[in-house]
Amino acid sequence: MTLTLSIVSAGPSVTVQDMGRTGFLAAGLARGGAADRLALLEAAALLAQATPQAALEMAGFGGRFRFSAPTRIALTGAPMRATLEGAPLRWNASHLIPEGVTLEIGPAEAGIYGYLGVAGGIVTPPQLGARATQASAGIGHRLRAGDTLPVGDDPAPETPLLTLPEAHRFKGGTLRVIEGPQSGYFSADTRARFFATAFPAQAGNRQGLTLGCEAPFAIETGGSILSEPITAGDIQMTGAGVPAILLAECQTIGGYPRIGTVIPADLPLAAQTPQGATLRFRPVTLAEAEAACPSETRQLETLRAAVTPLRRTGFDTYALLGGQLIGGAIRGDEEEPWRAGST
Amino acid sequence: MTLSLPQIFPLGLDGLLVRFGQVFTEAANARALALHDALQDAPPAGFLESAPALAALHVRFDREVTPRPEFEAALHARLAQLAEAPTSAPNRIWHIPAAFGGDEGPQIADVAKRAGLSAEKLVAQFCETPLSVLALGFAPGQPYIGTLPENWHMPRLSELTREVPRGALTTAIRQVVLFSSPSPTGWRWFGRTAFRVFDLGADTPIALRPGDGLRFHAVSGSDLAALDGSAFGGARLEVRE
Repeated sequence: MTLTLSIVSAGPSVTVQDMGRTGFLAAGLARGGAADRLALLEAAALLAQATPQAALEMAGFGGRFRFSAPTRIALTGAPMRATLEGAPLRWNASHLIPEGVTLEIGPAEAGIYGYLGVAGGIVTPPQLGARATQASAGIGHRLRAGDTLPVGDDPAPETPLLTLPEAHRFKGGTLRVIEGPQSGYFSADTRARFFATAFPAQAGNRQGLTLGCEAPFAIETGGSILSEPITAGDIQMTGAGVPAILLAECQTIGGYPRIGTVIPADLPLAAQTPQGATLRFRPVTLAEAEAACPSETRQLETLRAAVTPLRRTGFDTYALLGGQLIGGAIRGDEEEPWRAGST
Repeated sequence: MTLSLPQIFPLGLDGLLVRFGQVFTEAANARALALHDALQDAPPAGFLESAPALAALHVRFDREVTPRPEFEAALHARLAQLAEAPTSAPNRIWHIPAAFGGDEGPQIADVAKRAGLSAEKLVAQFCETPLSVLALGFAPGQPYIGTLPENWHMPRLSELTREVPRGALTTAIRQVVLFSSPSPTGWRWFGRTAFRVFDLGADTPIALRPGDGLRFHAVSGSDLAALDGSAFGGARLEVRE
């Protein structure tokens, strides 16, 4: 019988997300997929998946979930309060969830997007080449109580429970930016002011994150420009000259002028920046950006090398003594304090 | 006419933008489509996908396979082989029934007045103009359609229309957008089709391709209503060899 994941209850925006779809740009459909792609790579490393699999993306709040058979899961991305029958579960770690027991995931304690990965991946039928939900386009939907999702077979059931060091991308920071096709539309003064400004993040969504600013950033010629191709990471100046960072579910063509593009390595931090946190921008050259952005295949190799057995943390003596495979631990508050984003 | 050389810019770490013009022209659009087609037919090493916009082409590549300088050089080589003014006779032409005015296009009087025609003459001019898909964007499968005669040059509305239905035909700046789903818009709404440009339940969820030819055929509102829900909303695809 197929393993299933049942949604007992869900926060306002819990969706199935994978690494998105390639090949539909010409049809007007962006890649989409996880807002924080690194979190899916982390889940893949924790679960010993060959490639990142579809997982639940939980914006701001999780829900209550149940499995029809014991399964390994991974909790990554924005840390959320997770418990299993009252016992807290360590974030950025894998756990074994027994059949029929309710996994409870509460509000995000930092950041926005938490991820519940499952060893065999969520195996809903792909649509247009991927399982990624794009609710704005009517592809998939936000999950509700009563939804049941098929889960694939565990590819490596003997894998020990694992953990990764605490992640630090949930409080804003500095985003590295390369020039784009329209950077030259902005005067040198405007660009210098942009890179010297600290911006408070407003409420964002999967399409983009708007930033607060006191003085607008306008292009030299003023007026409107021709709509051109856009990509995730682009920083566009909307109507009044207010910056917005485009994220995974952005459109494919847009008419607002764009001052530059946030590099892929810093997009998880951008997507995870909560309202009110501060973002700054730093210009980098293409060569610097390429050096700072290893391919996702290489990122996954690095993460695989960084996982450690969960018991080495010393937190789950409960599991060792009781012979249970449920790794229970408070999230690592003993570890280093938040770092201010990328360097 | 001598056209300026296209410019190539980085668009993210996995992309390039080839700009054929800073304003829309049919020639710039045709060149973007021609490069798109050339890359589909014979993709250079590292090519992932390309997507035409109104006067530019977005090209994505895998820098692990081909580093940016080499990929850019390969693109320049392709550009050198392209005709300066590619012929753009489409080999796929969609014939699409559409109703105009009334409940199907309540802003037609405004469009007609700005175009200097009666509503009937406006519809006739619209239906006899050979149009094509300039680009797909804004929403999946949703076409920017052009180019209409000069008398259709009109600005966007200063205030958004709260919602036009799926299939709505709207116009501004000598172009038309055929909406894929109910949406607010600043373009003037003058007609409607039963054609679903994005239909996940269909064998081909995204029916149109950039460069496809389009001819609209006027039908009554009641005839259009009868086509709602039918395959392609009564549209027919003509393929020329």
